[in-house]
Order: sequence, then structure tokens, then C-alpha cells
Amino acid sequence: MKRKHLLGLQELSAEEINTILDTARPMRDIIMRDIKKVPTLRGKTVATLFYEPSTRTRSSFELAAKFLSADTLSLNVAVSSVQKGESLIDTVRTIEAMGVEILVVRHQQSGVPQFIAAHTKMSVINAGDGFHEHPTQALLDLYTIKQKFYKIKDLRVAIIGDIFHSRVARSNIWGLLKLGAEVTVCGPPSLIPVEISKLGVRVETNLDRTLAWADVINVLRIQKERQDKGYLTGFDEYRDWYGITREKLNQLQNKKILILHPGPINRGVEIDDYVAESPQAMVNEQVTNGVAVRMAVLYLLAGGSDNGVTI
Amino acid sequence: MNLKTKAKIMDEDGVRRAIRRIAHEIVEKNNGVENLALIGVRRRGVPIAQRIAEEIKQFEGVEVPVGILDITLYRDDLSSLSHQPVVHQTEINFPITGKKLVLVDDVLYTGRTVRAALDALMDLGRPMLVQLAVLIDRGHREIPVRADYVGKNVPTSKKEVIHVHLADIDGDDAVYIMEKEDE
Repeated sequence: MKRKHLLGLQELSAEEINTILDTARPMRDIIMRDIKKVPTLRGKTVATLFYEPSTRTRSSFELAAKFLSADTLSLNVAVSSVQKGESLIDTVRTIEAMGVEILVVRHQQSGVPQFIAAHTKMSVINAGDGFHEHPTQALLDLYTIKQKFYKIKDLRVAIIGDIFHSRVARSNIWGLLKLGAEVTVCGPPSLIPVEISKLGVRVETNLDRTLAWADVINVLRIQKERQDKGYLTGFDEYRDWYGITREKLNQLQNKKILILHPGPINRGVEIDDYVAESPQAMVNEQVTNGVAVRMAVLYLLAGGSDNGVTI
Repeated sequence: MNLKTKAKIMDEDGVRRAIRRIAHEIVEKNNGVENLALIGVRRRGVPIAQRIAEEIKQFEGVEVPVGILDITLYRDDLSSLSHQPVVHQTEINFPITGKKLVLVDDVLYTGRTVRAALDALMDLGRPMLVQLAVLIDRGHREIPVRADYVGKNVPTSKKEVIHVHLADIDGDDAVYIMEKEDE
């Protein structure tokens, strides 16, 4: 892969996505071993710079780097020099001057990783920017689907919930369509962006019809912190209409759809306890695969002297 | 880099005899096949290891387990390579702790591949011992590594390249010395 940065799935080719997924497979084997460490990135340093709180994505990147023997640096921006008024670019240049090669960035504004990539020599990985993209989450979702179905092409995948605020949905749509899946987005009309169908996805507001259609459902987390503008009338009502419940699954009789959820789960809102604990739910598998996919991305961005071709 | 064939140093019979001899030497040196396992280094070490195992089965009547080792993640030259090596799976479906392992590769050159392979093996368990079998030893070691079993010693210049062909991968069995073509 001749890329310096991973900023989103929109700009990746199907071939590049497949290279990442193929590389993640041996990486997953390493996570399963007693000695979870290979010397591949010895001497390299990976920094995580998160302007939004995140435990699982950050720890997943840190473990991925550590399993590949890179050194890691975690910058807690909320209590750091940003509070003292340092600009984003000054922070990035400081990290670069410390000898860091790979910067993992999360920011509440869409486009910040692209902006940083244009102003640094480091490789930049987007760990979520605004409502835009969350490429490694989509890659781990794709990996998990492929692990179960051995393919992505022609599968029917439904993304359910708050599509409007979801960078996970956007990255998933790009990735799934590129690999040949059919995609439906399903949720309350107020949470589905008007022009989303232009991306090549079907729009559905009826959950029963969506479940009857799908091989895989990716259930998004209802972001309680972003529901203050009246998009939802209430969480109970949301559960009644769009929550994945035991009854809804039982209606499907023998059809076993695969259930993905990026976590953390609002139990009893978008997914019931029963569903979250069912063998169809891949939540823990996704966490493991997330480390493997991030190891693959770190390996592919760090190696080879062909690096330097920016997007 | 354009390469031309300088000499064919082994044909199909030569490859078969070398592998058969290595198989016999392995059994002799280890006083049988008890606790023995073969580990082929991707890519051409794998079919050679499988053929050694077939030979051993022929004359000892015992199936020796064969594992596949991918050493990409253990290389020490990742950032100096022009093209990034593709990572494949390591497939060793038996515990290696306590085993007598024979690491199998096609060509022994600088020794760095063997070092990487040893590092990779040690992360998978603690074998009783590790021996090394190669089809061709071409010299030019950069690390103190020596093979226990050698199909053929081929003194080469550093400008030359050894190409091992194996039927399973390349369609024929042969070993060639190639050299850089004059520009």
C-alpha cells in the first residue's frame, strides 16, 4: 500500500481495503498467542492525540502499536497545552519534533486529520473526525463480516440508527459499497441525512422490513450527548421503533442475521440485553478485530521506502 | 534489474536426490523421528519441508508434522525495503515446546532470514532444539549461522542470484544461478 496516511475509506480503493483486511488476519493470530508481540515496528513511535474522550479506540490503537513493538505516547489534550492556548498545528509540530512517526488523531471537527496531514511529516491516522469518517472502525466491521461470511460482495448490510451523526455509518457505507455489498440505512427520518441515497444506499424507515432483508445489521450507538437538538422524541420511543429486541429477532424465525455494534452499547435503547448477549452479536469479536485491523494499518503505513505518496 | 541465466546447477533429479539425502540425514542425526517436526519458511521452504516429510514417511512409515512459518513481521529491514512485504499467516498447528524442530528454507545467504525465523519460533514456544536444513548454501553470511543439512553448497558472487524452482510453485524443479545482464 503506497500511502502515507489513513484519513478515510472514501479515498481508498477496494484493493487497498482488501490489503488491509488480508494483513489483519495474521495480526489477529498474534493477538491469540501467549506472547503477543512481534518486533516489526521496533524503534518507531506512535502518538495518540484525542480531542474527544475515547477509551476503546485509543486503547485499541495503543495495544496495536505495542504488539508491534512500537513505543507509544498518549496525549491527554483536555488537560494539556491546549488549555494554555496552544494551536492545533503547534501541538502537532511539537509531537513531530519529539520524533514521533505516526500520529493517531481524533477530533470533534470533520476534516482535522486531513488538515494535520497537510502540515506534518508524520503519518496521520484518522481515529474519528466529527461526523465525517472513522475508517478503522469500518475496517474492523468489514473484517468481522468477512470472518463470518468469507466475503463481502453481494451481502445485504443494514446500518441502523442515528445515521446523521455517525462517522461510523459514513465510513461503513464507503467500505461496504466498494467491496460490493448492498447497503440500506434505517432509522428515524430526522436522523437520516437528506442526500444519503446519492451515495448508493437504500433508505428505509421500517425496521421490520430492514431486518427481513438484511444478512448483517450494524446497529449504531444512540449518541445521547448529541441528542439535545430534538432529533429524537425520547429513548423509550426510539427503542419501540428501532431498538433490536428479542421479539424482533424472534420474528425472523430461523434467519440468523449477524449483529454488529461499535460499542459502547446503550443497553435497552438500541439493543436489548438478550440481543447483546446472543451468539449473533459480534461486539467482543469486533473489539479483538479492532486491534488486529489497527496493527495492519500501522504496519502498512510504517513499512517500505515507497512511503511519501500522500493522498 | 534484468537477470540472465548463468548456469543450471540442479535439475529435477538433483533436487529430488538432495531432498532425499537431507531426509535421511535428519532421521540419522536425530536417532529416528520421535518428537520431530519440520517448519518450512515461507515461501519455498514450505514445499521443501513437505517433501522431506514425504520422504521420511516413505522409509520410516511415520508422518512428521509440518508447520508453515511467515517471518515478515520479524524482518529487520522493513523501512529500508522498497516494497512492503505482504504478511501471510503462520500455520503451525501443533505445540512446538519440547519438540526437535528442523527449520527448512530454500537458500541460505546472509543468515538474516534464519535469525528472523528463530526469533519467530521462540515467540511461539520453547523447542528442545532447532536445526537448519537448506537446499542451497550460497555463502556470504552476515550473521553466525550454519546449516545442519545442506542440499548443495554453491559458492557465488554477491552479484549473482540463486533462483530455486519448485514444481508446487513454479511448475518445475530446478536451481539456477542468475547474473545481472549488462546494460
